[in-house]
Amino acid sequence: MRDGVGMTRETAIGLFLVAVLLAFPLVASAMGEPFYITLATRMAVLALAAVGLNVALGLGGLVSFGHAAFFGIGGYVAGILASHAFNQEPIFSTPFAFMGSDRMPVVWLFAMLVSALVALPIGAISLRTSGVYFIMITLAFAQMIYYFAMSWPAYGGEDGLSILSRNTFPGLNTANPLSLFAVCYGLLLVALLVFAVLRDSRFGAALLASRQNATRLAAVGIAPFPVRLAAFVISAAITGLAGALYADLNRFVSPSMLSWQMSGELIVLVILGGTGRLFGPVAGAMLFVMIEFVLGGITERWQFFLGLILLGVVLFARGGLVGVLAGKVRHG
Amino acid sequence: MRRILTASVLGLSLAVSGLVAHADPMKVGMITTLSGGGAGLGVDVRDGFMLALKQADAKDIEVVTEDDAQKPELAVQIADKMIQSDKVDVLTGIIWSNLAMAVVPNAVAQGKFYLSTNAGPSALAGEKCDKNYFNVAYQNDNLHEAMGNYANTAGYKKVFIMAPNYPAGTDSLTGFKRYYKGDLSGEVYTKVGQTDYAAEIAQIRDSGADAVFFFLPGGMGIAFMKQYAQSGVETPVMGPGFSFDQDVLGAIGDAALGVKNSSHWSKDLDNAANKRFVEGFQAEYGRLPSLYAAQGYDTANLLVAAAAKASVKDADAFRAALKEAQFDSVRGKFKFNTNNHPIQDIYVREVIKEGDVLTNKIVATSFTDHEDAYAKDCKM
Amino acid sequence: MSTALLIEQLLNGLQFGVMLFLMAAGLTLIFGVMGLINLAHGSLYMVGAFACAAVAAATGSFWLGLAASLAAAAAAGALVEIVVIRRLYERDHLDQVLATFALILIFSEGTRWLFGSFPLYLDIPSALSGAVELPGGARYPLYRLAIIGVGIVVAAGLYMLISKTRLGMRIRAGESDREMIGALGVDIRTLYTVVFALGAALAGLAGALVGALQSVQVGMGEPVLILAFVVIVIGGIGSIKGALIGAILVGLVDTLGRFLLPKLFVAFMGPSQGTTMGAAIASMLIYVVMAFILAFRPRGLFSANA
Repeated sequence: MRDGVGMTRETAIGLFLVAVLLAFPLVASAMGEPFYITLATRMAVLALAAVGLNVALGLGGLVSFGHAAFFGIGGYVAGILASHAFNQEPIFSTPFAFMGSDRMPVVWLFAMLVSALVALPIGAISLRTSGVYFIMITLAFAQMIYYFAMSWPAYGGEDGLSILSRNTFPGLNTANPLSLFAVCYGLLLVALLVFAVLRDSRFGAALLASRQNATRLAAVGIAPFPVRLAAFVISAAITGLAGALYADLNRFVSPSMLSWQMSGELIVLVILGGTGRLFGPVAGAMLFVMIEFVLGGITERWQFFLGLILLGVVLFARGGLVGVLAGKVRHG
Repeated sequence: MRRILTASVLGLSLAVSGLVAHADPMKVGMITTLSGGGAGLGVDVRDGFMLALKQADAKDIEVVTEDDAQKPELAVQIADKMIQSDKVDVLTGIIWSNLAMAVVPNAVAQGKFYLSTNAGPSALAGEKCDKNYFNVAYQNDNLHEAMGNYANTAGYKKVFIMAPNYPAGTDSLTGFKRYYKGDLSGEVYTKVGQTDYAAEIAQIRDSGADAVFFFLPGGMGIAFMKQYAQSGVETPVMGPGFSFDQDVLGAIGDAALGVKNSSHWSKDLDNAANKRFVEGFQAEYGRLPSLYAAQGYDTANLLVAAAAKASVKDADAFRAALKEAQFDSVRGKFKFNTNNHPIQDIYVREVIKEGDVLTNKIVATSFTDHEDAYAKDCKM
Repeated sequence: MSTALLIEQLLNGLQFGVMLFLMAAGLTLIFGVMGLINLAHGSLYMVGAFACAAVAAATGSFWLGLAASLAAAAAAGALVEIVVIRRLYERDHLDQVLATFALILIFSEGTRWLFGSFPLYLDIPSALSGAVELPGGARYPLYRLAIIGVGIVVAAGLYMLISKTRLGMRIRAGESDREMIGALGVDIRTLYTVVFALGAALAGLAGALVGALQSVQVGMGEPVLILAFVVIVIGGIGSIKGALIGAILVGLVDTLGRFLLPKLFVAFMGPSQGTTMGAAIASMLIYVVMAFILAFRPRGLFSANA
């Protein structure tokens, strides 16, 4: 699978991209262009969401077409906790009163926890299926949650939920774009580390084996189902965390974060960068946000050209951006 | 790199600006829907807005336009870019309430002006109102309230009401019920994006209603009207004006003939500004304007009028100038309430045919100087 | 609630199911033969509707429009197959999802480019307008009965095609063993193009028929696409019979759910909360049914490749 030289090159490219992502807002800040800090933050958050999806999709071969569910749940957790904390209304009062929270670490913990808890039954049912059935059943679960959020009036329904003042992080002023970027970027690095550790662990090896030959894995005494379920839940938790950051970045959360188009976009990010590659999601998110931004500024027909570019990537740039740059096809 | 739609040739504007003692140049960011199924609405708002600038010869108003693809997150990103990078003074153009809720609170919190060309969610009229947020269209409930009021006048006693199951839908039916005094023979919430209404039409037939009121924006309304006409149910239909305006009437066809709908604007409103608008729009774009175009046109004229009185850089003076609303509205009369939402007449129109073209004519006035129900919750 | 209303709603459910079947048949055929997930199937549906509306407006004849919808969708399908899809058969589902997702963007904006931003007009033909009396006193639109008829004809036609013709034999061979039919001297590239064009034509036909009932506008294919996927997954991917039964199941569940659930919830929760809550559950219902079926039958009800 991996030869030393190729790895070094891929890693070098990855590290370069991560460095560019860091330099981008710093340069923008120095030049007095705060918008580009926001753009870089968006890249970092979407990259984080895609790192989450990459655990399921890249390592486990589980093509989830419903990861927007976890992205949106993370967003709603951030929005709901913040709005209750802001209005001083308890979310529940028995057995103890819980007033929500506007502290990022607490919000993140809940976002990951709730996403994981929702992912557990979804994964348990979905993993009974495989192939296209898996793609479509994950989509079905995401659609259920989408329609629920649309019509549930308590937190705004389709109108969404505004976060009036951004959640706080101890020692930082998160209203400052650069601080918020630092937070998101830091979490992205942590997630990349987690991904790398997972991939190279026994768990990662079992996961890889489970996608290539589940029967053989079972023969050596490892049941594939718990391994895959664990991967799915971890994946959902990371994407949920990204959702919470995304809500904080936009200061807004709405059902469109749960839509099937969002699930599609998350898949696009992963493939665009290179499926299963450590730095693929970073490359994918940077490229996608950049294309969307630049094209959107040039023409109102930008979606047409976005489609052409995506098509070109699938047909001619297998292995995604990282794959092309590393000059080696590794089919994910 | 950026698509900048200046109101005129730059060189010319430089030459003229020396002669006319005008306010400082103003930069307007227009975020609207220019792709996908809802593009027609955004195109009309933009075209109406640009027509007004052209007619007013407003060379010192520069407009930056971008497509939000009807996605709230994208609208937020564009708003950030326009505020931080393009350094716009005023934002405008959003069609949909959910996008407005995502963009407006943040934009006004940063001291920018926002002029709504269509969306008027109740939160922004009430508790979350802001001194820099002006709605130049109507508060979302208004058209439904007008239809509820008209249902009394028309003598309906058992109305069947229907809307999609999301906040704008429940708000619309609440607005209708606020003024309607008779009984409901049914209240149904449909799925968002639903395209087949056979099940609901069967319920209407079964309910024995004497009229139907529906709120189904965009393609949902077109689908419902066509299927309703084909079903053979004869109960009269009422709806808000935007479901029977120029952008969709062509697609509904004769099925819309005779339908009563409520609007704050109509093509046949008899005033000089409206004549100039309708004729100018047809000459410029070769089609009849919709109420979205009228709202875009009024918004631009309001900006032009305010800019003539005060510089946008002087926020307090500019805000006061906006609030005076001394411009020739296509609606005849127009003024702002305490919550910066319109006080205006709302009419009942009927869909008619002029030659081969379906359009509307005013048949009654439902409200005179109508205010929205949320102004009392607004503390500025 | 009268019996007549219940019968009418059952008929509505059946009719909605048949509409979904027209869409799902092509999707499941393409998947069964080529193993391809085609998210752009909804775009072909849109192409059919726009072609029908444009030709009907130009000539004044719905029937010419219908013919144009078949031709346009089949041509668009063949073109897309030759230029793009052909390169995806050997790829995994992931690449197929991304490529056909990209095709949706291209088709949607391309259509808007050609036809403008406003919805088009398409009405049912006058021969099929009006309503007929049903036993029990209710009146039912003739056009909707005709759609049920078309659905039955298409289902029967596909059955005949697949079980009785040479093309059908090759399709069946292709489903079971792709290398084999190549060895038998069948030109597999042409076969795949033909099958894809056939699936596209079915989508175009559905778009034209349904377009006369709905709004012919950009993006009209997407909600139907998701429903069609639900249908073929419930029915078992690749199975025409599964698609038919899945479609009718989804049509009935969705229609009756929308009709009955709000009434049920009103009985328990009162009218103010009950109507919205019932409607909320109804909008989730088909996805719940789908998850439930897959939980017990992970390859759908009638999997062709089981």
